[in-house]
Amino acid sequence: MHIPDGFLSTATVATTYVISAGGIGNAVRLANKNLGEKHIPMMGILAAFIFAAQMLNFPVAGGTSGHFLGAALVAILLGPWAAVLIMAVVLTGQCFIFQDGGILALGANIFNMGIVGGFSAYYIYKGLSAVLGDSNRSKLISGFAASWASVLLASIACAIELAVSGTSPLSVALPAMAGVHAIIGVGEGLITVAVVSLVMATRSDLLKLQRI
Amino acid sequence: MNYKKWWLIALGFCLVVATISPLASSSPDGLEKVAEDKGFIDVAQGSPFEIIADYVFPGIENEAFATILAGWIGVLLMFGIAYGIAWLVQSRKNKAAV
Repeated sequence: MHIPDGFLSTATVATTYVISAGGIGNAVRLANKNLGEKHIPMMGILAAFIFAAQMLNFPVAGGTSGHFLGAALVAILLGPWAAVLIMAVVLTGQCFIFQDGGILALGANIFNMGIVGGFSAYYIYKGLSAVLGDSNRSKLISGFAASWASVLLASIACAIELAVSGTSPLSVALPAMAGVHAIIGVGEGLITVAVVSLVMATRSDLLKLQRI
Repeated sequence: MNYKKWWLIALGFCLVVATISPLASSSPDGLEKVAEDKGFIDVAQGSPFEIIADYVFPGIENEAFATILAGWIGVLLMFGIAYGIAWLVQSRKNKAAV
């Protein structure tokens, strides 16, 4: 879902840069307040895993592929602001070193995949697991739903940006983006659930780290 | 399992994930496909410079290996940068507390 340069208008580029820069600033401030010793390697591992997993495009219907985003995984394990921070690290690295995602579009990419993805996943996960209870099973079901929704909502944010930029009208971009990402989101849910289960099985204490 | 051992194994796991990256689907992703189908892929602009463009390490003939190498570099780089930022933020906190 990395937007290349050329798709977004100057106003959209400026707006999303301002929002994302503000988001990163606040994420750093909160991290400064709440990060503990145990968070440090976890932040590194999550960034490394998201980078690696994003390389593994999986086929979905009709000659299209999808890949893991990862914001939901971070939001579930470390909270939404940690998701903003880690997604910003990964997306900035992908943009400048791997030429994936435009330089002007970086603000929008961090907004869609980091802020929209991270916050939607966090609150859906929190809401659902409050309803379903504190069992591991309920956490995994909530995690799957939150991850699926985070991809869908990020793709809707992307469609809105394309529309306000005059690249593709909302009536075209929105159903097309939401449709394909509703399928890609299933992959996101499965990967998130697999990783959370792996953490549960090996170091369940890491699920109780302070959320940022 | 002590924590250092846990995250070193996790980092190794990430390197393994990067190693299977040549098996990834090369079909366009969701956004690219929509851009192709809806006729706006042509307005996309390439980057003004290239370092490890499209996850293929330049100058290596074997494309699978060039992809794996790009993946390993990315994994280690992302680990280092995120770890470094978290460490900096944390140590600033400790100094501020003194």
